[in-house]
Amino acid sequence: MDFLTILQVSDSSIRLAVPLLLACLAGLFSERAGIFDIGLEGKMLFAAFFSAAIAYVTGSAWLGLLAGIAGSMLLSALHGVASITFRGNQLISGVAINFLAAGLTVLMAQAWFGQGGRTPQLSGDARFTEITLPFAEALRDVPVIGPIYYELISGHTALVYVAMLCVPLTWWVLYRTRFGLRLRAVGENPAAVDTAGISVIGLRFAAVAIAGILCGIAGAYLATALQANFVKDMSAGRGFIALAALIFAKWKPWPALYATLLFGFLGAVAIRYQNIQIGNFTIPVQFMEALPYILTVVILAGFVGKAIPPRAGGEPYVKER
Amino acid sequence: MTLMQKFLGAAAGIALTAGAAVADPAMIFDLGGKFDKSFNESAFNGATRWAEETGGTFFEIEMQSEAQREQALRRFAEAGANPIVMTGFAFAGALSEVAPDYPDTKFAIIDMVVDQPNVRSVVFNEHEGSYLVGIMAAQASKTGTVSFIGGMDIPLIRKFACGYVQGAKAVNPDIKVIQNMTGTTPAAWNDPVKGSELTKAQIAQGSDVVFAAAGSTGLGVLQTAADENILSIGVDSNQNYIHPGKVLTSMMKRVDNAVYQAMMDGPDMETGFNVMGISNDGIGYAMDENNAALVSADMQAMVDAASAKIASGELVVHDYMSSDSCPVE
Repeated sequence: MDFLTILQVSDSSIRLAVPLLLACLAGLFSERAGIFDIGLEGKMLFAAFFSAAIAYVTGSAWLGLLAGIAGSMLLSALHGVASITFRGNQLISGVAINFLAAGLTVLMAQAWFGQGGRTPQLSGDARFTEITLPFAEALRDVPVIGPIYYELISGHTALVYVAMLCVPLTWWVLYRTRFGLRLRAVGENPAAVDTAGISVIGLRFAAVAIAGILCGIAGAYLATALQANFVKDMSAGRGFIALAALIFAKWKPWPALYATLLFGFLGAVAIRYQNIQIGNFTIPVQFMEALPYILTVVILAGFVGKAIPPRAGGEPYVKER
Repeated sequence: MTLMQKFLGAAAGIALTAGAAVADPAMIFDLGGKFDKSFNESAFNGATRWAEETGGTFFEIEMQSEAQREQALRRFAEAGANPIVMTGFAFAGALSEVAPDYPDTKFAIIDMVVDQPNVRSVVFNEHEGSYLVGIMAAQASKTGTVSFIGGMDIPLIRKFACGYVQGAKAVNPDIKVIQNMTGTTPAAWNDPVKGSELTKAQIAQGSDVVFAAAGSTGLGVLQTAADENILSIGVDSNQNYIHPGKVLTSMMKRVDNAVYQAMMDGPDMETGFNVMGISNDGIGYAMDENNAALVSADMQAMVDAASAKIASGELVVHDYMSSDSCPVE
């Protein structure tokens, strides 16, 4: 594997990791506040549809992004109402959201555009285009650093940089603000938060709303940056891999970045090399594709460190009277 | 999923009202969905053409999960639909179960052989069409590297790949053909993002013509090829129009003709084994105003010559499924 190949595989890892990262951070906010969210997949799909549809209608990728976020937050609100206000089962609500999104997106796309459950092709400003960072061209010929800067760091769409900025931002919000402290507390011991006179319901809704925003960006990235239209089921299980990454990262922001980059890297290697030869032994591509799940199971089984979920996760909060 | 329930509800409603008096044909689409701009859409076009020409109506259902296959077949058979046409190799198991239970109903399955007295099995010589587009790919390539992206890793898709490689090597024996499969589950037909990523990886390895046989995943391939300014080759339906001037050609599999013919034959349809190839216009490559500028006279002449040779039997393209292996890589 030469230097350029390593760069190309890393570049591909980043593109594959970004939707996972955004969904993973969305799950992190929600689950840290005690709301399990297996509806990440559905929210991404919903956002992908709305971003592609609105971007096509208005001709602006940024308006599409806003619409995607709005669509995703709508489902978040539904999840919130079902599992916070009415204290329903969070897992069932999440599953319902996934099914709802899978069916509704195709139905709406068909009713709206009549192209068989897809949105029309986007072009020009309706898509997020790749940004070449300043000096990328000039530095290209500088050995080692030049190609890294040109191939790897420059030349992504705006949403990739947004996603990368979300990681320190999430860390700062969770660990350096009053809101973050309360949010984490509400996922561990909501009764204590309530005793302190802070609204558990309000905090949990805020967390779910943030998850909606992040899933919205992830969906828009799929449909308007990586692709140029919405296709049915285009999220293709990325929401679930993000959940696996969340467990792998033990519900922490920086590890979430590393976990999703690792998963993205495994995906990129599987894409670049169908079968890997090590001596006489061949690793089939299917093994590389299954590796993220295998790693997650290993982590869950407690072989490598321990993944302890937020203590109050999955339980609706009932005020004692 | 709500959509699925609607479809099922609708199918049940039709089943109740139709009775056994009328023998309308039925069309069952596979998981790729009837608007995949490819295989299933081609079948839908054939059925629509039949409906427009005869003024008839047909039942239809789109599969949403593996578990629905047998159920859908039985429902249509109970409702008196005849013949029942289905697209996709995956129906083989369900159809072998169901067909003996309804001896008076005729079934037509596309892309698979089911040996029952009331079943017409239509198979296509995809390797012949892939051979033709392989010739064009090798001629259009400037880098000496072309590539192939398949959907789900099944023998049928390997058949496409194998024909493509043979065609490319016929033009340039030293050509490098990169092959990738999207995945091993049916989700591989619906993952355009992964299709794009595979295309980028192949471009990085020098490919400048990519042939996609991957359902909706192929749309991601065509998109990326257009974005990165290389040529792509579509599949099943004519996909040249999706990115005019960027799609070299499309390997046409005239599923529409097969479906149209089955519906036209109606309940008296002849059953048995039916091979559609270049010789009977079941397979071909697409030429229209969108790719006219990309195909040189040389290229066209060579493809037409190969096409004539295959039709006359002078040239035999190896079929992957006959031996489960490909002589060339």
